[in-house]
Amino acid sequence: MKHLSEYRDAALVNELVEDIKAITTKPWTIMEVCGGQTHSLVKNGIIDMLPKEITMVHGPGCPVCVTPISIIDEAITLSKKPEVILCSFGDMLRVPGSDRSLLEAKSEGADVRIVYSPLDAVKLAKENPDREVVFFAVGFETTAPANALSVIQADKLGIKNYSILASHVLVPPAMEAILSDPETTVNAFLAAGHVCTIMGIDEYYPIAGKYKVPIVVTGFEPVDLLQGIYMTVRQLEAGESNVENQYVRVVQREGNLLAKDAIDKVFEVSDRDWRGIGNIPSSGWEVNNRYQQYNARKKFNLQPVEVKENKNCIAGEIMKGKKKPFDCPLFAKACNPEHPQGAPMVSSEGSCAAYYHYSNSNLVAENIY
Amino acid sequence: MKEVNLSMVPEAQVGDYVLVHVGVAISVVDEEEALKTFEYIKQIGELNELNPDEIHSTNQQLKKR
Repeated sequence: MKHLSEYRDAALVNELVEDIKAITTKPWTIMEVCGGQTHSLVKNGIIDMLPKEITMVHGPGCPVCVTPISIIDEAITLSKKPEVILCSFGDMLRVPGSDRSLLEAKSEGADVRIVYSPLDAVKLAKENPDREVVFFAVGFETTAPANALSVIQADKLGIKNYSILASHVLVPPAMEAILSDPETTVNAFLAAGHVCTIMGIDEYYPIAGKYKVPIVVTGFEPVDLLQGIYMTVRQLEAGESNVENQYVRVVQREGNLLAKDAIDKVFEVSDRDWRGIGNIPSSGWEVNNRYQQYNARKKFNLQPVEVKENKNCIAGEIMKGKKKPFDCPLFAKACNPEHPQGAPMVSSEGSCAAYYHYSNSNLVAENIY
Repeated sequence: MKEVNLSMVPEAQVGDYVLVHVGVAISVVDEEEALKTFEYIKQIGELNELNPDEIHSTNQQLKKR
């Protein structure tokens, strides 16, 4: 396929690995923020190809993984109401809440449906005027425009039996939370290409300046990732801390203005709890006043309940880049993709799940067999 | 066949490749920039065969991109 096969070209990948080796003289820790990048780095074996001086750590960039248990419980509560059709992306269904998952709720009779797009949920609301359709709106900046568009569309069409349960999180505040931790080991970031497709790259300049870290906006294919790592290492070795854009074929400096308009129209910034990390101020979006009738929390008067995480799970330290999945005593033992104990094991984009599925390191073998 | 909402990429023309996320196109893939990636990689490959002074000047050129 065009713009895909050439970015997976083995000869080019090897050339880039050699280029990175040639300029690397010191140890560096680089964090990729997007779960899609984590998945690609591990699946394609890129982590094992890099020079030993370079450590890739995996940030909190998997939207499914960082959705707090309390919000999953809210979705399950809603799904049990007889009038509700609860729509969700497929990968949210298996994620355990405090006592069950949406999939289990479905097997117990709840009307839970997988949709490909929030716009499909609006259609479903139109076709079922006697039911209440709730879309579980989970995601980073990349997913927010589609979710906003669903609300705008419902409003325009006069559809009143549609609402969203928003769990939107934002990348830059999470990066700041990681960098302001005094024990952080992160020297540089690969910024998430698709988040920047929407938001542009301007919001990263203050972070690069304040914390003196290079930030390179990077794509998802092996050639993209290695080029992003090369650009990052070049800056680190030269003592620079600039924002650069590797993913120019898709990301424009200003982002997608129409998408940003849709977000601004429907959402307002709010504090958010991140599963495994905790509360980060101003790190999410909630439905704003103008569109309150589409806010499922308001419509069904949901009250948030505090839920405790498994205290043996080291997800927070993994997502802050302080530890690797192998360092966790639960990894591949009590915790696996079938029975995840913590955030990064719940979706294939989570770092623990990616290591579980694809890493052929001896450490994994020791843990499993 | 999947339906894709194009309201956020009004510049998209028939024949363009678009990046689609959850049913909404969010960007038109820029052909010219896609090709530049490979030029960049060629350039850094050549960079490793140069002497240190030349590396510095080529580095400056790469930074300006």
